[in-house]
Amino acid sequence: MKVIKEKHPLVMRWTHWVNFPILAIMIWSGMLIYWANDEYKITLFGHTFFSFFPDWFYNALRIPHRLSEGMAFHFLFMWFFTLNGIFYVLYTIISGEWRELLPQKKSFKEAWLVLLHDLHIRKMAPPQNKYNAAQRIAYTAIIVMGIGSVITGLAIYKPVQFYYLTWLCGGYHFARILHFALTIGYVLFFVIHVVQVMLAGWNNFRSVISGFEVLNEDPKPVIEITPPPPSDEKNIQ
Amino acid sequence: MKKTFSKKQKAPKKPLTIEQKITRRNFLSFGTFIVAGSVAYCGWKWLYNAPEETRTVTAGARAPLRRALNKTELAFRRIFSNNNLVKTYPKEMAAKTVRHNSDIGSEGKIDVDAWKLQVKKHTGEVLQISLDDIKALPKTDIVYDFKCVEGWDQISHWGGVKFSDFISHFKLDAETQLQYVGLATPDKEYYVGIDMPSAMHPQTLLAYEVNEMPLPPKHGAPLRLIIPVKYGIKNLKRIGTMSFSDTRPPDYWAEQGYDYYSGL
Repeated sequence: MKVIKEKHPLVMRWTHWVNFPILAIMIWSGMLIYWANDEYKITLFGHTFFSFFPDWFYNALRIPHRLSEGMAFHFLFMWFFTLNGIFYVLYTIISGEWRELLPQKKSFKEAWLVLLHDLHIRKMAPPQNKYNAAQRIAYTAIIVMGIGSVITGLAIYKPVQFYYLTWLCGGYHFARILHFALTIGYVLFFVIHVVQVMLAGWNNFRSVISGFEVLNEDPKPVIEITPPPPSDEKNIQ
Repeated sequence: MKKTFSKKQKAPKKPLTIEQKITRRNFLSFGTFIVAGSVAYCGWKWLYNAPEETRTVTAGARAPLRRALNKTELAFRRIFSNNNLVKTYPKEMAAKTVRHNSDIGSEGKIDVDAWKLQVKKHTGEVLQISLDDIKALPKTDIVYDFKCVEGWDQISHWGGVKFSDFISHFKLDAETQLQYVGLATPDKEYYVGIDMPSAMHPQTLLAYEVNEMPLPPKHGAPLRLIIPVKYGIKNLKRIGTMSFSDTRPPDYWAEQGYDYYSGL
């Protein structure tokens, strides 16, 4: 028998989907800004493994000479990114949804089992509620990353006015590296997230739009009350 | 008589089956999702293709984005304290080779002896100030992290006269009641507008030295603006004229779509 199981409250779905285009615009406009001084590379022992970013990437975005445009978009959508994030975090706290979201003590151990299960190395996944251990860690991490982006963003946006934030982020230059690294982190998260959603299937995906999952539950057996077997013993009175 | 609006006797509603509930909720939520998504997409299309602003002292940005930049400036200026000082560093940390990005308005050499700073007072009076007049004022040094709008930064060492000292020495206090200072190169190729609180910030300098040597031409000889609370684009090299106004003076990079305020 089919059963509707409520999963994601409206606010969670709303903030999730609003965040999607906002984050896309933030990453895109951030790239337009990064272009103006694209100095970051991954270098180990004097060998450059990767330079952000390859030429085809710049050609695809038609990046040159769009710094001012990137800044204008970035400084408009930062408001929406921040407000949406604050709204989401407040909601999870007030509604108690944080209980389903924050990693528990056992989550860090269990996350390995989930990973092994996802890689088809282990048959059984540990039991879970709304989110499994790996999801708890990943989704909490992405919120922390969002907060980190706002803080490092402010640190490089107004390093004089928010000097304490800049100091907290290890200085102007390091704050910029952090801000950039977090963006790379989002992109990696996004790739894994989308693959996982595709693997999890339609029911899971639908729940992030319509809020519920459809479960197939076996009809519960009617509880039979069997009379106790007759006893020879006399009732003590 | 037949009643035109007689209420039909409705049959009591049957409770929806699970299947019907699922279909109904899917229809509503996916419908909302698609409608909201389309609205968002159209909104984006509108914003991305919005016409450019009417050319005033700013230009080059799409009209709604310029409005947003100006509003964001106001929002932040309301919460700012103008007394926050820019972090300074010991002299040894200053770069020996000071990076320079652009020569607009300061190409070639300049005859320093013939150079005069023209200060246009709001009364119409124009002061002609020589470099020696400026060097006679108390000197201030600053070693701070110069920040370019492109994203690079460099600790550099500048020496000159505090803007506020300059103002009080040349009896320009009445001008500081106005909201903006306009600066331009002698050839008028490069020009910036600075809001008065930023100009009067205690670390804003009219600099004539870099690394304790007279400014070389490429760093804006003989006199440039060092305004640590702004991006490099506002640090005008080779100042020729200074004026004051209550409306925003023209600004080279704001005309190219950059934020007028460009504060840090």
